[in-house]
Amino acid sequence: MKLLILLVIVVGVIALAQLAKIYQLSARLRGHREEEISEADTRMNGALWIVFMIVFYATTIWQFVRYGDYLPPSASAHGESVDTLMNFNLAIIIFVFFVVNTLLFIFPYKYRYNKNRKALFLLHDSKLELIWTVVPSIVLAVIIIFGLKTWTEMTGPASDEAIRVELYSKQFDWTARYSGDDGQFGATDFNLITPSNPLGIITEQGVMLANGKLTDKIDKLQATLDIEKAHLLTEKAEIEATLHGGGGHGHDVSHSHEPSSEHTALLESRLHDIETVLSSGEALVMTQAAYEAKEDKIYRLERHLQRILELQPYDFSDGRSSWEVGKDDRIVKGEFHLPIGREIEFIFRSRDVIHSAFMPHFRAQMNTVPGLPTRFKITPTITTDSMRTILDNPDFNYILLCNKICGSAHFNMAMDIVVESQEKYDAWLAEQKVYTAEQN
Amino acid sequence: MGNTNHKESFVSKYVFTHDHKMISKQFLITAVFMGIAGVMMSVLFRLQLGWPGESFAILETFMGKWAPNGVLDRNAYLALTTIHGTIMVFFVLTAGLSGTFSNLLIPLQIGARDMASGFLNMLSYWFFAASSVMMLFSLFVEGGAASAGWTIYPPLSALPQAMPGSGMGMTLWLLSMTLFVVSSLLGSLNYIVTIINLRTKGMSMTRLPLTIWAFFITAILGVLSFPVLVSAVVLLMMDRMMGTAFYLSDIFIGGEALDATGGSPILFQHLFWFLGHPEVYIVLIPALGISSEVIATNSRKPIFGYKAMVGSLMAIGFLSFIVWAHHMFVTGMNPFLGSVFVFTTLLIAIPSAVKAFNYITTLWKGNLRFTPAMLFSIGLVSTFVTGGLTGIILADSALDVTLHDTYFVVGHFHIVMGLSAIFGMFAGVYHWFSKLFGTMMNTKLGFAHFWLTITCGYGVFFPMHFVGLAGAPRRYYDASHFDFLSETADLQPIISVFAIIGSLSQLIFLFNFFYSIFRGQKAEQNPWKSNTLEWTTPVEHIHGNWPGALPEVHRWAYDYSNPAHEEDFVLQTTPLKESEVGH
Repeated sequence: MKLLILLVIVVGVIALAQLAKIYQLSARLRGHREEEISEADTRMNGALWIVFMIVFYATTIWQFVRYGDYLPPSASAHGESVDTLMNFNLAIIIFVFFVVNTLLFIFPYKYRYNKNRKALFLLHDSKLELIWTVVPSIVLAVIIIFGLKTWTEMTGPASDEAIRVELYSKQFDWTARYSGDDGQFGATDFNLITPSNPLGIITEQGVMLANGKLTDKIDKLQATLDIEKAHLLTEKAEIEATLHGGGGHGHDVSHSHEPSSEHTALLESRLHDIETVLSSGEALVMTQAAYEAKEDKIYRLERHLQRILELQPYDFSDGRSSWEVGKDDRIVKGEFHLPIGREIEFIFRSRDVIHSAFMPHFRAQMNTVPGLPTRFKITPTITTDSMRTILDNPDFNYILLCNKICGSAHFNMAMDIVVESQEKYDAWLAEQKVYTAEQN
Repeated sequence: MGNTNHKESFVSKYVFTHDHKMISKQFLITAVFMGIAGVMMSVLFRLQLGWPGESFAILETFMGKWAPNGVLDRNAYLALTTIHGTIMVFFVLTAGLSGTFSNLLIPLQIGARDMASGFLNMLSYWFFAASSVMMLFSLFVEGGAASAGWTIYPPLSALPQAMPGSGMGMTLWLLSMTLFVVSSLLGSLNYIVTIINLRTKGMSMTRLPLTIWAFFITAILGVLSFPVLVSAVVLLMMDRMMGTAFYLSDIFIGGEALDATGGSPILFQHLFWFLGHPEVYIVLIPALGISSEVIATNSRKPIFGYKAMVGSLMAIGFLSFIVWAHHMFVTGMNPFLGSVFVFTTLLIAIPSAVKAFNYITTLWKGNLRFTPAMLFSIGLVSTFVTGGLTGIILADSALDVTLHDTYFVVGHFHIVMGLSAIFGMFAGVYHWFSKLFGTMMNTKLGFAHFWLTITCGYGVFFPMHFVGLAGAPRRYYDASHFDFLSETADLQPIISVFAIIGSLSQLIFLFNFFYSIFRGQKAEQNPWKSNTLEWTTPVEHIHGNWPGALPEVHRWAYDYSNPAHEEDFVLQTTPLKESEVGH
């Protein structure tokens, strides 16, 4: 390693020395001034523009040939319009790219400096300028109209028959949720999230579970605070002071300050408890900061508990309680399935930070935002199996990726998607775990 | 106003100076150092992206425990990309470009003794310097530098438990940017006031060189948009430190349900991009101004369509304020609102097209001198056009859905704003080097620098479009485990190789730059035979710029190859001949 650094330094010094030499040579030779570009240099730079153009275009064309079919054909209905729009726009910009860059690279070559020539004194030309204002405007109008047509088509409301799938993001994985036979998602609340209720679905069990967990946590924390040594010692000293108030020195202790016998008994029993803890060696030693942090944590947990207590069920007109709806929801991890040819409306939610649900093969993307559910609808048109045949790749899978930076494992936050026939889909869905089954 | 050279202490001459020319140099040198830092960071993370998971000894040398066994840590990768973006956009291309050339050229080209307020100008630099130091310092704090991307979207940036970089590093980022905005505002206000009030006799607005128009519009954009970033940043700091919930709602993280309800993470994006999009033009417009000046001078031709050039700058400046939400098509924003932003965004293509065609017509039948500045300016027009065209695709919301946050975006903005603006900056440095340091830069090294830079620039960013079209997300530490990206995977090492060569070729520039400051050929007063006022000042810097009275202006800045004159240039101070019609 050290040798390598040394080598780099040596090479660097040599390079610098060479640069300095070129520098001084080129300055002194011919005694010319820096601002005077020699004819040879003019010729060289003029020619380099042409060389650059040829190389640039050749590599551009090579890239289009080699990487032009960048993605497999669109696997969703709106994606076909997107691809058409993309090809239309690409055709326009590639055309303009070549025309403008060609002018830009040929003019320097053609009009390179010649001391015997004087440049054309041309101030402006209203006609020309009008042309290149109006023509781009018309082209852009077409692009805008075409683009907005596709945009309106793909962002319109989903139909009532659409299958609704919720995609839920958190650092660093995805969860999909399908409604049960009632066709309705259970309401959710982020306060109810526990390991066995990852989406925070509101059901009576969910509320009880979260409630119980929080109460446990608070109790446990409180228990550690209760045996903190310094606080126990202070309390002990206070009780002792009250009990033996004045002790030998106090004479005129007024009666109002004399503890009642009941109170004395309480204090004595507390004193006994404290002494038991202290003598048992169970007492904990904490810094003041740690103690306060725990107190603060308890305060936050109590607020959390309070928010859960405020959750109220409501009844639908058919008498069903809103807390019942979520009981048959199906929760899916690892990969999720979609039926072909059906409209799917995704509803996106996020637990912690902004993520983005990116499904490149369906030409679909939507951010998932905590506190703000978002939607996107697609209609899958090619099953996973057909796509494998098309691509001649038996391992191909549609994929859902996170495409908004969300933390250290952002690059690893993906989930496979399977598109299949309605029958297979129905069979698959029936096998999926129902949420309530996971309770306890 | 003293126009005599009086004795000054080292501190008042080089440190707390009020002289716009020295402040300009301070901005430039600071920006060069920030640029070196930013480019080095990109090389480090390009190693990981080109050869994911492979061990590089150099990474361990630079990154220490952030690259165990020579493999870049994933958090360090995110920190590097974040700080690379921040440094390049704000510290190099905003402060470096505007700070250097607005300061140098505004007084010199409008015929003023100095800026309207030398003191504010000094403050502007020192706020920038403090902010630069703080930004670099943030790399060394616990948890590392800010890592949420240069756009620092909350909740990721708001919650220290969301990622290591959202701790102390993010706090410093926010403080540093606040200082930066103060610097930018002090500078911009000064530029605006100076241009409006201190033009010399005869220098009407329609006779201003396009550089000054560009700096003027840039400064207005800065004054109107940067305060919005400050408010976004202050609200974010309050969310982080004081328990407010401007951007936070319904969040469960680290096993805890947070108290925050009712805020909106999307609000931050609106505020951020209300600055963020004009910022793109704050970066680009000065570069366009510089290239207009350089192309006209070195084509020995008047800039074609002066009024259209000014008008299109104004149109771009105005439109840049009503396009911000095109960065937010996939945030769940109302699709109709999306349509409005598609429309306004694509409108920008019209003034941009006018500019591109006017540049090309300026070249047409010109007499082109290939100075390094001229090469970079032509290169700028090419990158401006190439990068602008891919913008048409991204502006189309239906297409942005597939391309949002992919490498296509990275390729697009690096070409249109990164390369164009940096080319403008190089052009400015080569062209006005003698005004800065009194010496000339070496031309031959300039040629080598240009050809290597444009080749590597396109070599790095052009293939990224294909990587993006294939669906590769940006800001991925490693995408090699995704089968569907395997087809374009072989482009990544090619991009990295170009990035390394391109970075190394900047050493030629650095050498040329520093060597020429001390050993360069002594400059003549008007080496490029240019028309503008800065070339009537003496080569040696003096307070007040002109030794005698201020020059009087009789004509516009672009009388090149005017048939009424023998020479192919006519200084703005030359009175009109009887036969001539004034401009």
